[in-house]
Amino acid sequence: MSENQQQVWVFIEQREGKPADVSFELLSKGRKLAESLHGELKAVLIGHDLQALAAETFRYGATEVLLADHPELKHYNTLPYSRIVSELVDQHQPRIVLFGGTFIGRDLAPRVASHTRSGLTADCTDLQISDVTYLRKDYSQLLLQIRPAFGGNIIATIICPDAPVQMATVREGVMEKIPLAQPVAGRITPVPYTPDDADQLVRIIEQHHEESKVNLKAAPIIVSGGYGMGNFQNFQILYDLAHVIGGEVAGTRAAVDAGFIDHVRQVGQTGVTVRPKLYIACGISGAIQHRAGMSDSNKIIAINDDPDAPIFGVCHYGIVGDVMDVIPKLIDAYKHKLK
Amino acid sequence: MSYHSIVMVKQVPDTANISGQVMKPDGTVNRSKLPTIFNPEDKVALELALQLRDRYGGTVRVMTMGPLKASDLLRDCLYMGADEAILISDRKFAGADTLATSYVLSEALRQLAPYDIVFAGRQAIDGDTAQVGPQTAEKLGLPQITYAEAILQADGGKITVKRKVDRGFEILEGTLPLLITVIKDAATPRPFMAKRVMAYKNAHTLLELEKMIEGNSLLYLDQLKDEYVSKGLFIPTLTADELDVDSERCGLGGSPTKVHKIESVILGGGAHEIIPPTKDGMHALIDKLMEDHIFG
Repeated sequence: MSENQQQVWVFIEQREGKPADVSFELLSKGRKLAESLHGELKAVLIGHDLQALAAETFRYGATEVLLADHPELKHYNTLPYSRIVSELVDQHQPRIVLFGGTFIGRDLAPRVASHTRSGLTADCTDLQISDVTYLRKDYSQLLLQIRPAFGGNIIATIICPDAPVQMATVREGVMEKIPLAQPVAGRITPVPYTPDDADQLVRIIEQHHEESKVNLKAAPIIVSGGYGMGNFQNFQILYDLAHVIGGEVAGTRAAVDAGFIDHVRQVGQTGVTVRPKLYIACGISGAIQHRAGMSDSNKIIAINDDPDAPIFGVCHYGIVGDVMDVIPKLIDAYKHKLK
Repeated sequence: MSYHSIVMVKQVPDTANISGQVMKPDGTVNRSKLPTIFNPEDKVALELALQLRDRYGGTVRVMTMGPLKASDLLRDCLYMGADEAILISDRKFAGADTLATSYVLSEALRQLAPYDIVFAGRQAIDGDTAQVGPQTAEKLGLPQITYAEAILQADGGKITVKRKVDRGFEILEGTLPLLITVIKDAATPRPFMAKRVMAYKNAHTLLELEKMIEGNSLLYLDQLKDEYVSKGLFIPTLTADELDVDSERCGLGGSPTKVHKIESVILGGGAHEIIPPTKDGMHALIDKLMEDHIFG
C-alpha cells in the first residue's frame, strides 16, 4: 500500500471567501481518522483569493492545502469544481474524502464519486476506522460510515471494502469543531486550473444570500416541536415559551414537512445537530434521525401525550401530557419563579 | 421550440408510515408489509416536466428502475399525463447502491436519447442520499442543476432555473441537454385525469401480458403484444441484455458501498425523572433546572 493511500482529505467549502463551519468540523474529525490510519490530513480548497483561508486549515491539523485559485472559480459551480476535485482524487488516490452535507457538498460529492467510482455514503452521523471481516475476507482499516436508515428504524454501518477511495458527507454540527492550540506547519500547494468552455455550460445569473438570523448551534436553550404539535397555530406556542425563557425555536423533519416551521430550523440527521444546555422536545416522538441531532444536549425535557414515545428514552425529565396544556403551565411557573 | 424530457421516477417504501408489523422482532425489515408510494419529489419532477410541455410543447417520457411491480408507478405517471413509460428491470440490478443505480440509469438514457432535459426528484425518501441524479449526469457528461425550485424559462438551447442554496437562491442558466433535480416546493403534482385512468389502467408490461395468457390457449403473446403496442398500452421493459450493460457494474456486485452491519434501534427505556403535567409539577421542574444551573 503506497503512502498516498493513507491520506484523509476534506473539501473546504467557501462562499464569498468565508469558510463553512462544517468544513472545520470535518477537519477536526479527519484529523482523528488520519491519526488512526497513521496518515496525513489534507484540505482541498477551490475559489479565488483564498490564501488566508487556506492557512486557517492549519489550525485544524491540515498538513497540506491543495489550492485551486482562479478568478473564474470565485463562486461554486458544479462542472469546474467537480472536474478539479475528480482529477485530484484520480491523481493522488486519497483513502478518504469528506464533504459537508450542504447544498454544495451534496451537489459536488456524488459527481466526484461517480467519476472516480468511489463509494459515497450520505449524511453519516459517525465515522470510525476499523478492521473488518466482510464475506469471510479481512480488510484492514476501513472507514465505517454510520447512519440511520429506513425511516430511522435501523442504524446501518456502511463500508466500501474494495473501493480505493471512501467518501462520505456529514451534516453541519454532527462533528465537533476542535482547533489545535498551535497550528501545524502546513504547506499550500497550488493546483493549476485551465478554464474550459465546458465549465460554463451552467452559468450563474444571479445570487441571493441572506445572512441567517438563526443560529441553532449557538443557542443555549432550544424549544423544539414535532408533528405532534398538531397544526401551525399550536406550533406558535413554542415561540411564546422560547421568548419567555430565552431560547430559539426548532423543529423535527416531520414538522418541517408539515409546514409548521422552516427547514433552516430543522434539528436532526438531515438538519442541524445541536448540543444546547437545555432542549425541550414538544410533541416529538423521537425518531432516531431526530435524536441523532439532539441527544448530546446537556438536559432534555420531553413533553408528549404518548408515554411510550421513544423520546422518553433520551430525556432527563419526562412529562406525559398534552403540550397545549403543559406549556402554558411551564411558562407560568417560570415567570412565577424567575421574574 | 419544444422540449423533450425524460423523468426518472422511483417507487419507494412509505418510510414515513412504518407500522409495527414492518419491523421484525430481530430488527430487520419486512418488505412485504411495506406500502409503496410514488417518491414525492419524483412526482414533483414529473409535474415540472409536464408544465414545461404545457408551455412549450414537446414530449415527456418517464422511466423507472425497479422490480416488476414498479409498473404500478408507471401507470400513475401515464394517468398524470406522461406520453410514454419505460420499465428498467432485471434481477441483475437488485441490491444496487447509488453508483450502480446511476450506471444502469445512464445506460438507459443513452438508449432513450435524444432528449433535452432529464428530470429527477432531488432525493428518494428511502435513502435521502440525493446522489443518483448527479451521478447519472456525471456518467453522461451532462451538466446538472440540483435543488431546482422553478423553471423560469426555456429559450432555444438554454434553460433558466431558480435553485435553492443554503440561506438563499440562485438563478442559473444551463445549456441543454442537462439534468435537473427538483425539490418538493417546486410544484404541486396534478391529480390523475379520469379519462387517462380509463385509458391507461390497461397499460401493461410484457411480463404482465405473459401472466394474462397463462391458462388461456386462445391468446398468443406476440399477437397480444402487437395489439397493446398499437393501442399505445404497452410498457416496454429494458433488461440488462437490452441495455448491453456491464454486469460487473450492476446491482450489489457493482456497488462499492456495502452494508456491513444493521442494528435495530432500541426504543425507550432510558432512566429519566417523571414530572407530572400539573402546576406543581412545573414548579418542581423549574426548581430542578435552577439546581442544574440552567435557569437563574
